[in-house]
Amino acid sequence: VEASNRAAPKRGRLSRRRLLAGGAIAGASLPLLHELIPHEGLHGGGSATAEAAGGHGSHGGPAGHGPLHADFRDGADVDHVANGFDPSEILRDFDEGRTTRLPSGRILREWDIVASDKEIEVAPGVKYAAWTYNGRVPGPTLRCREGERLRIRLVNGSDHPHTLHFHGVHSAFMDGMPGIGENRGGGQIEPGGSFVYEFDAEPFGVHLYHCHVAPLAAHIAKGLYGLFVIDPAGGREEADELAMVMNAFDTNFDFANEVYAVNSVGFHYQRHPIQIRRDELVRIYLANLTEYDPVNSFHVHGNFFHHYPTGTSPEPIEFTDIVVQGQAQRGMLEMRFAKPGLYMFHAHVTEFAELGWSGFFEVS
Amino acid sequence: MEAGPRSQPLSRVPSWALGVAPLVLLAAAAALFFGLGAPGLDERNGVPVEELAVERTVLRPGEIEMTVRNDGPDPVRVEQVSVNDSYRPFAGGGEIGRLGSSTISVPYPWVEGEAYELFLLTSTGATVTATIDAAAETPSVDAGFLGLMGLLGIYVGVIPVAIGMIWLPFLRRVGAGLIRGLLAFTVGLLAFLGLDALLEGLEVAGSGPQAFGGAALVIVGAAVAYLALAGVDARMRARTERARREGGSPMHMATLIATGIGLHNLGEGLAIGSSYAAGALALGAFLVVGFAIHNTTEGLAIVAPLADSKPRPARLIGLGLLAGAPAVLGAWLGASAYNPSLVAFLFGCGIGAIAQVVVQLAPSVRDRVAGRLDGTAVAGLLAGVAVMYATGLLVSA
Repeated sequence: VEASNRAAPKRGRLSRRRLLAGGAIAGASLPLLHELIPHEGLHGGGSATAEAAGGHGSHGGPAGHGPLHADFRDGADVDHVANGFDPSEILRDFDEGRTTRLPSGRILREWDIVASDKEIEVAPGVKYAAWTYNGRVPGPTLRCREGERLRIRLVNGSDHPHTLHFHGVHSAFMDGMPGIGENRGGGQIEPGGSFVYEFDAEPFGVHLYHCHVAPLAAHIAKGLYGLFVIDPAGGREEADELAMVMNAFDTNFDFANEVYAVNSVGFHYQRHPIQIRRDELVRIYLANLTEYDPVNSFHVHGNFFHHYPTGTSPEPIEFTDIVVQGQAQRGMLEMRFAKPGLYMFHAHVTEFAELGWSGFFEVS
Repeated sequence: MEAGPRSQPLSRVPSWALGVAPLVLLAAAAALFFGLGAPGLDERNGVPVEELAVERTVLRPGEIEMTVRNDGPDPVRVEQVSVNDSYRPFAGGGEIGRLGSSTISVPYPWVEGEAYELFLLTSTGATVTATIDAAAETPSVDAGFLGLMGLLGIYVGVIPVAIGMIWLPFLRRVGAGLIRGLLAFTVGLLAFLGLDALLEGLEVAGSGPQAFGGAALVIVGAAVAYLALAGVDARMRARTERARREGGSPMHMATLIATGIGLHNLGEGLAIGSSYAAGALALGAFLVVGFAIHNTTEGLAIVAPLADSKPRPARLIGLGLLAGAPAVLGAWLGASAYNPSLVAFLFGCGIGAIAQVVVQLAPSVRDRVAGRLDGTAVAGLLAGVAVMYATGLLVSA
């Protein structure tokens, strides 16, 4: 209830009429501009409202004056090198760990994950003292296959106690819960400590992991989370796969977020559109790790997708252009783009969209 | 005995050198301290403190402009700006040094009458919020605007005061007792204005940056005006021998009252001008009539000490302008160059001036025989307060 109260004052409108600021548009050619016109038509409501606000009387910025949609200031970008990760690369960076074969013939898959404290830039010029897994937010996208044996070694290099809590099927001692399993070396992992989580990869689907140390909201909001993808034993159809974690940052510690994003940097994919090939199957592993707001959503322009909630069923439940997720909810989206152009995607909790959670697919 | 030989060497040193020597030493010590990198002191305890105060907001078609001042001890970097929870590209911002300011301009299709909340996101993720309660275009300062503000100042300042002064012939016919009552009325009236200015000054001071003193500016302004008027008063007394013999000339007293009221009306003009500029003031006939009634009594206060004298009309006009014209100046200043620190200081000046006038008037309110407050004086004082209170309800600027 409190969270929804906090969210209430946030309001805003989206105008999608501008293409892109600065160099981000460099790759877009004139035909692409034409493609944008029908996609605007799909969302005339939003644009028309924003235009009406600006268009009547002497007030407001008519087209050609001022920005046509929300964005950070011109000319400045986040220093991805200093951050140690680039959202454009995180997108297709699936960490499959190391594999060996057990005497039984099963595959053993192992990862090493280090928790550490690190300042990251979440908007150009704006730093946030994050807590990270392997130096990035979100943490590595762990990818495995149904039925494998998994071993994940957590080394706590942070100044604070942490755990790895997986959403999946496993024993209580492997749950990453403080107070459970300390006598066996698990539970809450203190600074300098380490622990190996071991369990089977089940069930297949799109899952996640995060820290479960109290205060819980703070440990998650600071950046300790990541995607955990278990492929079905038979695999899935070949696709251009994208890992997207919807997240946000409470930079001023008022239990409400100032910057919203997919994969941590606000407006990143708006300024650096995701390159997509025409007619190719696109599969998005989407999770909502936004703290302090009860729901987040994903909406794509000019297209519809098949929605597989939690990715645990081979059949989609819905053909839609919007999916709403509560905290820690996740799913799989599959779509193809038939025509080239710039297609926006953004939270249709529109105030999030205008506070950073907006991007483009650039189809060619 | 011992002091003699010791002071011998110093007696050749010129006095100015003795006066300057400690300052030279201070400068040398400071240079040494800096040169050695402040030995023994850590840089700071804790994180830098970021404080920004919004000084002025200007709305133009399609644009919101905000002037912010760094109020805290550390530099602040303004990195992003949001309007109603939507980030917008903008000009300005960046690093703002201590006491420095920056004007941030955000293109935004604002709509008249709607409310806006802006937040500035600093490099550390801190936010500074500014609200616009009801958006209205900020008038640009051109001849037409200055003319309008001038007219407004004349309506609420000059004309009412002049009308109030027309009570002078009436005052000449009434008895000394009633005059004393009217002087008491003037004191009550001024006391109310002083209190009003104090409260308003403190409110303005609280809203603006604190780096320049905040509420202290009101007090400093009051002290400056009080002492300045006391100085002027002393000079006037010294010059007019006759006045000194008679214990202060009526004209002299009227001038002091007019000055005090003038400084008060400067504050009133500031309030009107800045409210108008912010779109928070409806320029209706009601407002003008309210101010007229409120300020007419000020005219009466000015002429009250003149009942027994026959000043030239030119001097009366001069007094009227002294008391009323600052409203015009205030309206111009308030609408075009609003700065909370300056306004707080000017409100303080008004308070100091009024205090000085009250001190000057107080003796003539007392019963001349018994030397204390009688019924007439008390009734006058209360009436002054009551009239100001009641007419003050008519206006809110």
